[in-house]
Amino acid sequence: MDLNKLFKAMLVVLPIMAISACSSTSESETDATSSTESSSSSEYANNGVETGGVAPVLTPEEQQRLKYQELRKEHIIYFDFDRSSVSQQFAEVLNAHGDYLVEHPNVRVMIEGHADERGTPEYNIALGERRAKAVAKYLQGMGVQPSQMSIVSYGEEKPMDFTRTDEGFAKNRRAVLVY
Amino acid sequence: MKIFGKWLLAGLLICSMPAKAALDIVITEGVDAARPIAVIPFVWQGTGPMPSQISDVVMSDLARSGTFSPADELSLPQRNISSVAQFNADAWMAQPAEAVVMGSIKPYPGDKYLVSFELIDLVKAQLQSDTASKQDLVIDSRETVISAAQFRQYGHRISDVVYEKLTGIRGAFLTRIAYVVVNHSEKSPYKLMIADYDGYNEQMLLRSPEPLMSPSWSPDGQRLAYVSFENRKAEVYVQNIYTQQRTKVTSFDGINGAPVFSPDGKKLALTLSKDGQPEVYVVDIATKAIKRVTNHYAIDTEPSWFPDGKSLLITSERGGRPQLYRVYLDSGKISRLTFEGEWNLGGSITPDGRSIIFVNRTNGKFNIARMDLETRFMQVLTSTRLDESPSVAPNGTMVIYGTTYQGKQVLAAVSMDGRFKARLPVGQGEVKSPSWSPFL
Repeated sequence: MDLNKLFKAMLVVLPIMAISACSSTSESETDATSSTESSSSSEYANNGVETGGVAPVLTPEEQQRLKYQELRKEHIIYFDFDRSSVSQQFAEVLNAHGDYLVEHPNVRVMIEGHADERGTPEYNIALGERRAKAVAKYLQGMGVQPSQMSIVSYGEEKPMDFTRTDEGFAKNRRAVLVY
Repeated sequence: MKIFGKWLLAGLLICSMPAKAALDIVITEGVDAARPIAVIPFVWQGTGPMPSQISDVVMSDLARSGTFSPADELSLPQRNISSVAQFNADAWMAQPAEAVVMGSIKPYPGDKYLVSFELIDLVKAQLQSDTASKQDLVIDSRETVISAAQFRQYGHRISDVVYEKLTGIRGAFLTRIAYVVVNHSEKSPYKLMIADYDGYNEQMLLRSPEPLMSPSWSPDGQRLAYVSFENRKAEVYVQNIYTQQRTKVTSFDGINGAPVFSPDGKKLALTLSKDGQPEVYVVDIATKAIKRVTNHYAIDTEPSWFPDGKSLLITSERGGRPQLYRVYLDSGKISRLTFEGEWNLGGSITPDGRSIIFVNRTNGKFNIARMDLETRFMQVLTSTRLDESPSVAPNGTMVIYGTTYQGKQVLAAVSMDGRFKARLPVGQGEVKSPSWSPFL
């Protein structure tokens, strides 16, 4: 009977854990977020008893708060060299931003485009703008109003990484969403 | 021990004196090919210490030109002479130099100084045995009254005369450079600076917490056009370097970039992306009227005027990758100029209109290159890393550009034939976007 209860609890817990694992797309997401989202199960060291629980039903306000937290953590989209297409890797991040912006038509976002230090400053300004526009176009495709978005290209003028190595260049080729 | 202490103190004083040159030039290549010349330290004919040694400026200028290699002062057979009358040709027979520069400085009423100099043809002196006609050896001689503040300036003037007399090319020593210094550890990291071409007399024209880009000189050398992000967007300004007066020229949505003055100084060619893609426009500075020059869905940017003001050199991506094109303002006709290498961009035309200087990318490396417009022969001039923003000296002999050295952005110079190379290291921050002024 106890075993049956445990089995039932597992049925609930496991899929939730699986869902939460899927939704954590990046390493930078902190444990704090995932622990509030998913249910917890703990094992008592001595007598082998385990407890299970389900995630609390979140109110819309709570959901919004969590989403907001997520947005603030993931606001950079990286690009390949001399490319301005949004990689599939960042689709989920942009979807989160897009949902939020569609739900909140009063919120405005600034999309900054950046380039690495290769090439000329002027060409990189053009490239940075193209990247920012690619992000704007993606969001617009989700229903975000053009009036909610503004674009600025800083080209190679505001690098995030100053090492001028391939890894550094990769970090500098980015679009940044600033609320 | 007492004497040692005094020397130590003297040494410390010298070491602790602030370096006057903000950009100290280090010649990295090309001294061997330079022509030997002798510069005798100018003779001070006043009492007390000499205010400033003007011949030091001349020696540095000539060495930095890459064309001349001034002989070591100690190797000169005659010193402490200031005119051809004191010149003893016999003593100079074994000297390898082709010419001798000498002169004097003496106090002049009203806190001024009388500077005189003579340029002597040493080759002629070594060939002719008759020393009676000494005056024939003088290629040029001048006398000027200057103030204490004008020593460096007049030194450059002497260098200009010497350079022009010996090469037939006008000297570009009395010129300035504008550039951007970025120090990310400061609260307001972006600074627009100007300095003498050799880095002396550095002055800040503008400081901003947001990026400053693309300074470019007006043909009269009195104004600079540049891009400022001070209002969280790109805007093109023109600023008078003497009065500090600033005028906002364009502030459209999107890119407002790469401004360059037309040869008559009345217009700017620049890049705007207000209608979608970056396109090249010409704006009238006084009326702000704009005229679109290019029309293509690919990137068009980095305009530079041909000397006649009728066409522009631009970077366009219309062929798939950035390459240089020439576009005519009246007809809009456009033709591609560069085909060699993966990318060619950031071009400008030499003052004689015969060659273009640009950034070439070959095998992923970015270097400064020159192409002859008639023969289409392309030569890569530099071997430094991540080269960008080349700017040609007004006499067409040298290119100053931005590069990377030991992980920092610095300025460097290369002669038009690629043989002479120099680096301009700096103390704090990154130095970029150099622009060489016209003749002043």
